Amino acid sequence: MLAKRIIPCLDVRDGRTVKGVNFVNLRDAGDAVELAKVYSACGADELTFLDITATVENRGTFCSLVARIADHISIPFTVGGGIRNTADVAALLDSGADKISINSQAVAKASVIDELALQFGSQCVVCAIDARRNPRFDKDGVEGWEVYVHGGRTPTGIEVVSWAREAYDRGAGEILLTSMEHDGVKGGFAVDLTRRVSSAVGIPVIASGGAGTMEHFREVFAEGMADAALAASIFHFHEIDIPELKIFLAKHGIPMRTRQ
Amino acid sequence: MRIAMVKYNAGNTRSVLCSLNRLGYEAEVTDDPKLLRSADKVIFPGVGEASTAMAYLREKGLDEVLIHLEQPFLGICLGMQLMCAFSEEHDTTTLGMFDVPVRKFVLPPQFKVPHMGWNTLICSEDPFFTHLKGESWCYFVHSYYVEVGPSTIATTDYGPLTFTSVLHKDNFYGCQFHPEKSAEVGTSLLKTFVEEL
Repeated sequence: MLAKRIIPCLDVRDGRTVKGVNFVNLRDAGDAVELAKVYSACGADELTFLDITATVENRGTFCSLVARIADHISIPFTVGGGIRNTADVAALLDSGADKISINSQAVAKASVIDELALQFGSQCVVCAIDARRNPRFDKDGVEGWEVYVHGGRTPTGIEVVSWAREAYDRGAGEILLTSMEHDGVKGGFAVDLTRRVSSAVGIPVIASGGAGTMEHFREVFAEGMADAALAASIFHFHEIDIPELKIFLAKHGIPMRTRQ
Repeated sequence: MRIAMVKYNAGNTRSVLCSLNRLGYEAEVTDDPKLLRSADKVIFPGVGEASTAMAYLREKGLDEVLIHLEQPFLGICLGMQLMCAFSEEHDTTTLGMFDVPVRKFVLPPQFKVPHMGWNTLICSEDPFFTHLKGESWCYFVHSYYVEVGPSTIATTDYGPLTFTSVLHKDNFYGCQFHPEKSAEVGTSLLKTFVEEL
């Protein structure tokens, strides 16, 4: 049976992790490779690295980090942040990334999704969507959500479920859905929105934003129909331990990859 | 030990190389028939699309070379699908080491395609699996699957469907998942292939 995936997300600036990651027994907690190894060893199913500086000058630094990660871990990983064109994607995939995620650029020019899917295959194209509640999009008693870009700062006037559907139709292989409303609040994922997006597309949906307890993960898998769940600080700060989380979810009937 | 990796327009060559390096082996990525024939082990990686990959192999004359190789040969993902007889991906005639077709997933809507993520192997007796114990979770990403046939040595379930996850006939092995991305299970299988088969 296909397992639901647990994905820690690491923010990277100038080749080093940020967000005050708090790990004991690490020589250098800012070293993305060291952290990647720790997460891989404790049973993370996949990793995501976001280049939060993502300036042109820093592309080379990020690519060499991606290459070092690929040298050291044997689980899949996605990279994102500031990807503009097929040349950026080719460089990251050549460096050893398994998938890339695009966000603002896909909204600015949706045909980028078609181009990337055609050139590199849908399986490596993740369309990241940042969503925020907007009553203007409410319809028939269903809560409406709007797509935001530029790190969640700029509203686009686009409705989330229809954009997810378009990304799927254009060849995206996966949707990474972040609720800006829930992000950092630790009050639970946007379960309802996740379920609506998951039902609207034929590709996997990764839920992100709002994880605070193990029960929140159960909810988003069981009720939100998420295929994977992504979180950052609760893993970085040991508020939730991945092996423990997986045991909890498995006990509640969520298919999980357990270790030998 | 000389390991050759077939050089063609496949996407995951680097990941497989990294995985071999972690096991302490180097591999030569080549499309030179002489080097492929003289290697101790041959790995045929693959991420991509079947008809484009086959056109490339034919253009380079590699199709004839590969089917006549006699040393242990391992196809990965698309590599394994290309070792079958026929693929529904753009109705492509493939290499034919295994007389079994490759089909497109047709599943109820709650089962997403690609089949992406970690799933388990149900293994029969085979030297390839000597060192596996307990549940064998492997990482898959694919939209087409190999039917179960006489050369199937492991299967995987996805929704109502059971498909082939590992094939073996004579010197030819194929796995649908990515051993290079399958943590300790994948590493153990690659090690078995390189050191024991």
